[in-house]
Amino acid sequence: MKALRWHGKADIRCEEVPDPQIEDARDAIIKVSSCAICGSDLHLYGHFMPGMQKGDIVGHEFMGEVVEVGAAAKGKLKVGERIVVPFTIICGECDQCKRGNFSVCQTTNRNKKVADAAFGHTTAGLFGYTHLTGGYPGGQAEYVRVPFADATHIKIPQGMPDEQALFLGDIFPTGWQGAVQCDIQPTDTVAIWGCGPVGQFAIRSAVLLGAKQVVAIDRVPERLAMARAGGAITINFDEESVVERLNELTGGWGPEKCIDCVGMEAHITSTVDAMYDRAKQALMMETDRPHVLREMIYVCRPAGVISVPGVYGGILDKIPFGAAMNKGLTFRMGQTHVNRWADDLVRRIERGQIDPSFVITHTASLEQGPEMYSVFREKQDSCIKVVLKP
Amino acid sequence: MRYETGRRRGQPDSATDTLARGLGVFSIALGIAEVAAPRALARWLGMRGQERLIQAYGVREIATGIGILASRDPTPWIWGRVAGDALDLATLATGIEQENPKQANVGIAMAAVAGVTALDLYCAKALSGESPTPLPPLRDYSDRSGLPRAPEAMRGAARRDFQVPPDMRAELPMPRL
Repeated sequence: MKALRWHGKADIRCEEVPDPQIEDARDAIIKVSSCAICGSDLHLYGHFMPGMQKGDIVGHEFMGEVVEVGAAAKGKLKVGERIVVPFTIICGECDQCKRGNFSVCQTTNRNKKVADAAFGHTTAGLFGYTHLTGGYPGGQAEYVRVPFADATHIKIPQGMPDEQALFLGDIFPTGWQGAVQCDIQPTDTVAIWGCGPVGQFAIRSAVLLGAKQVVAIDRVPERLAMARAGGAITINFDEESVVERLNELTGGWGPEKCIDCVGMEAHITSTVDAMYDRAKQALMMETDRPHVLREMIYVCRPAGVISVPGVYGGILDKIPFGAAMNKGLTFRMGQTHVNRWADDLVRRIERGQIDPSFVITHTASLEQGPEMYSVFREKQDSCIKVVLKP
Repeated sequence: MRYETGRRRGQPDSATDTLARGLGVFSIALGIAEVAAPRALARWLGMRGQERLIQAYGVREIATGIGILASRDPTPWIWGRVAGDALDLATLATGIEQENPKQANVGIAMAAVAGVTALDLYCAKALSGESPTPLPPLRDYSDRSGLPRAPEAMRGAARRDFQVPPDMRAELPMPRL
């Protein structure tokens, strides 16, 4: 079969690899009908995340048809069913899964010792996302082995097109959880940094969850236009001060809720801290550029909530924790507990409350995948979201 | 399918960006060497008495390196390196004289500076060729709401049948006076 494989920084290739096989009774094999390039795949593409090995198959947003089911998964899945695969591999049985904390499943990371050493304790296994999270082959491929498939799946209603269902595996629930964990009140201003795909879903989630006003921050004109279409007031940080504008929009008190949909690769702005991050990262003395996190802590209203769905990978420097502590901020973060939200979000799509396909700007073949990584990363051709059809 | 890939977003492309950062790191490393060991360098070049000048050039290199790494647009700093290279070459040229027993070392140093100058020039020209400001959007996404009605009409639609799970609540009920 064909698959996209990581070979190093900015080096993704579409190559021929052996077809996956059932390795465990709880496995299933799916034939991928659609997959997507996620913003967090760009952290791998730029080699910001440690733990990748040459030849790894990438991709963690994918869906398709079940073509083979292991003996222990047969009660839950049938050949021919269409499923979306959540990017977090879950057992459904451990203490964390039972609490709904699926992204920190205690069972599915087969490289648990590495994760224990890196993070203190293991988190869930992930598809196509470094050997820290299991080194499982990803979904930008023609076929994928889904481990723990009896629990790791979202069934799709008949007739729901791929374009509406695909993002249930990651970016839609990620934006949704980013907003939900803010506990949005009808009096709240919610400020969202980053108008990439997760940011776009966070904007719409905050609107649906009833925020008084949603403010979106970015610099790319077409992303800001899409954010406005979803109901956000926008701030172009190239043209105006984020802090001043947010204070202006909130009577000087700052937004009650702040959502970081940017993560470790914050854009280099002309602020002193952003330049500091860039210099330190260039000298390999810092892994992440946490400009957004600093700005959120600074501008957030006291007793407010900082929600972080954006991915961070390592050590962060110069975090104003004194401000965070004295302002009494609440921090909520983490990879997404996809299966906690999936059934509810499927129903919202079915009812027409939201159509996730709005975010797709580019559709291409798997063979065009390497080129699309570059187009997406460079934000060329007004690219916001790429769907690949194997 | 053809993609619009020729236009830049007011940012260096990754290859030029990497080169510029590499030159920034090189600048700082060379600067530290010049500031820390001016005597050894002057001795190797047969240019004793120029120690202070070498240290001053070192400070210039460090400042330029920091400028390249820290600035959002490194273009003027790279052009600054090109000017510095010219100064270095002119200074080294004074060491090419019959009485200097280390003439050969000066020649090696000049060849190295000339090589770096070529890289600096290439990088500066590539950066100068890029658009300094973000380009206007190629496509209009102002109709991509994803919502069935205007956002104002959809505000709070999910509150009717959704409750924030207890472990994600942050708010107490609004106090009523």
